Amino acid sequence: MNARLPMVTRRQFIAGSAAVGSGLALGIPLLVSTELAAAEAAPEIGAWVVIRPDNTVVVRVVRSEMGQGTLTGLAQLVAEELECDWSKITTEYPTPGESLRRKRVWGSFSTGGSRGIRESHEYVRKGGAAARMMLVQAAANAWGVSADQCTAANSVITHGVTGRTVSFGAIAEAASKLPVPTEIVLKDPKVWKVIGKRIRRLDTRDKVNGSRVYGIDLTFPGMLNATIRECPVFGGKLKSFDGAKALKMKGVKHVIAVGETAVAVVADTFWQAKTGIEAVTIEWDEGPNAKVSSESIAQNLQEGLSAQQAFVGNEAGNMAVAMTAAASKIESQYFYPYQNHATMEPMNATARWTPDRCDVWVPTQDGESSLAATIAAAGIPAEKCDVHKINLGGGFGRRGAFQDYTRQAVLIAKQIPGTHIKLIWTREEDMTQGRYHPIMACKITGTFDASKKLTGIHMRLSGQSILAVVRPAIVEQQKGRDPAVFQGVADSGEHAFGYTIPNLMVDHAMRNQPIPPGFWRGVNVNQNAIFFECFMDELAETAGTDAVEFRRQFLGNHPRNLAALNAAAEAIGWTKPAPAGVFRGIAQMKAYGSFVAAACELSVRDGNKVKIHRMVAATDPGYAVNPAQIERQVSGSFVYGLSALFEQECTVKAGRIEQKNFDTYNSIRLAQMPKVETIILQGGGPEWGGIGEPTICVAAPAVLNALYRATGKRYRTVPLKKHGITLV
Amino acid sequence: MIQLTVNGKKQSVDADPTTPLLWVIREQLGMTGTKFGCGIAQCGACTVLVNGEAVRSCVYPVSAVGKQKVETIESLEQKGELSKIQKAWVENEVPQCGYCQSGMIMATTALLRKKPKPTDADIDAAVTNICRCGTFQEVRAAIHMAAKA
Repeated sequence: MNARLPMVTRRQFIAGSAAVGSGLALGIPLLVSTELAAAEAAPEIGAWVVIRPDNTVVVRVVRSEMGQGTLTGLAQLVAEELECDWSKITTEYPTPGESLRRKRVWGSFSTGGSRGIRESHEYVRKGGAAARMMLVQAAANAWGVSADQCTAANSVITHGVTGRTVSFGAIAEAASKLPVPTEIVLKDPKVWKVIGKRIRRLDTRDKVNGSRVYGIDLTFPGMLNATIRECPVFGGKLKSFDGAKALKMKGVKHVIAVGETAVAVVADTFWQAKTGIEAVTIEWDEGPNAKVSSESIAQNLQEGLSAQQAFVGNEAGNMAVAMTAAASKIESQYFYPYQNHATMEPMNATARWTPDRCDVWVPTQDGESSLAATIAAAGIPAEKCDVHKINLGGGFGRRGAFQDYTRQAVLIAKQIPGTHIKLIWTREEDMTQGRYHPIMACKITGTFDASKKLTGIHMRLSGQSILAVVRPAIVEQQKGRDPAVFQGVADSGEHAFGYTIPNLMVDHAMRNQPIPPGFWRGVNVNQNAIFFECFMDELAETAGTDAVEFRRQFLGNHPRNLAALNAAAEAIGWTKPAPAGVFRGIAQMKAYGSFVAAACELSVRDGNKVKIHRMVAATDPGYAVNPAQIERQVSGSFVYGLSALFEQECTVKAGRIEQKNFDTYNSIRLAQMPKVETIILQGGGPEWGGIGEPTICVAAPAVLNALYRATGKRYRTVPLKKHGITLV
Repeated sequence: MIQLTVNGKKQSVDADPTTPLLWVIREQLGMTGTKFGCGIAQCGACTVLVNGEAVRSCVYPVSAVGKQKVETIESLEQKGELSKIQKAWVENEVPQCGYCQSGMIMATTALLRKKPKPTDADIDAAVTNICRCGTFQEVRAAIHMAAKA
């Protein structure tokens, strides 16, 4: 869930992967990987498609499937142009090492920022089209006819004039020897027959019978299991440890330091390793952050709210003048906390290291990022390393840019050469060694003229930058500014602000903290949507205007935002009276290239028990590749967003994260799940929007706005459990 | 050595008696369909049936199993035929990442044996597993479908 980044060239990838050995920058000799070895026996038709003699179509997928359905969606894109029999489709993951050897023929592996489909749709469709053209050409050659007399459909090529046919499988070998075409015309979306259909996922069955292998499930002959404890104070180091007691425990094989900051226990089983590490006495050098607390961080953020220096993210008119000229003003302060991704499958990686070879099997959102970490930790040339992507039990941004667990697994394996080491984190390690949703405070001021007409908004953000830590080169390039902080309120692009306000200032006082920040499903748009869309309701109330009507006044230049808002408003019945005791709220945003809106109906019992009866989402990603999967992503994103809104905060005490498991960091359950209806709009256009993240951000402000109507209280600090409010 | 019966098969394992059933199933019996999520009986990813009751195996010591029958996700598919609950899961395309689904399905299996036609309230009370992907809407639909099958 990285913020949008410029297309990364191979050289930038190398430079950006901090500690990557110089070997990667040089030519990398051929090396046959296990994943593709089987497929290579069958003919490869261009880079994206392999067709076996039995007509099986293997589509290569490099983005990671972690539940979001990208595997099926990407296969649909290829199949649309390939004209193959969908029932013959299967998929495979090329390894990042293979990709580097082939000059990154498959493009980016990064599966974040809702980019899986929207940023690769063109080249994967071209990959499918190229393969079809090669197959048709091969058939035409065999028949001694012109290719334009032949057509492909359902994995069969037909020569129209004579009615001769040949299957893809039969002609694949010949096709694989032809040059890959470069002049490719893609189909008009109007004639799509695979894209846009509610096609069933390719990867469901093995998830219902326990047979799907996730990273945590891997086994290898002779494999040992490890677990780790890293210094709980961020920035602290390992001072000393005593593993004597643990080493006497059954199954425990090694108690070792991992880098400068952690201790691992390696045992026959994970359970032995876990009980073993509890018996290790560890002394930490807690370093400079041992006194950092939520209170000290809040103080630092508070200071930023009125600081002189701030980076400008969006500006219109002259806000300073509007402020002086205002007949009246309203001002509010909002706050968004640290949150952990809490993937269901805790972080893990399996590594085997020898002086000649290092392999890692890891559930990863970015195979290339995993490879970079592997190479850096292995200390052997890049061409002797590879990463094998294993199914993920959730990602949500934790498993992409951050590969700390990969590095740790390699550093452990390096101390036990030749043995497969599976490192599994406990939930407690996962909760306390996160890459947290950044903390942010916001002071937002609206100015009115004498007739209560809105004249301007100043939105001051104060808090942490993800890019300053994760992509410092971008921040440096922007002279200290983090452009991603402004997601959803930015001056342009995929996270463009969705209103035209006569005078506007959005700025950010960067207040970085020692708590490591990360990309968390939805990233910065989560807090910006709460700040801005709740404040829009505050402004509407001050102006004495209906919340939807008020928004429409500033949406004249934003037809797709307006369409999404209208769709949500209509579906919830905004203009009709709500049932007795039921209150509504609404919000809209543009995020990850998609225009999204949410509306909800809720009631409140005893002043603090919230029941959400219905939520409606409208999303316009431009193109809907698989509506059934979009619906699931939308309702799933609401579960993630509502869990965050009601339950989730990571607090800091003595430099450590206090919440260690789901008992103090809860996630909503089935009983709390509102009915979610999804409206898919398809605005088309050159920009494709994302699916996995955009809608998450509108869930919270829609609920908060309804909660205000229900209770008369405006909650500006989340999660709501801080106010004693629960979702029932 | 500890004796236990898992999925109808008598097993003998060399494990510390305090070892949670979860880790015996996963690491010693080699059945990895039952998942580790939290280790403190909060998330339900490790749900298995002991004597037909859904239990969170991450806190259930193997020594407490005794002669009770243990059933895991691996027991539901018989000769390539999915159980009606699994079929309903496929039909509704419930899983996203899939990691929590073994636990969801086992909790549902216990529920439907006791209450073949559960109400929404029954479902709410019996299926309390965490799913971070947020598949609850499809889970509920699948349970109702399985109940009708």
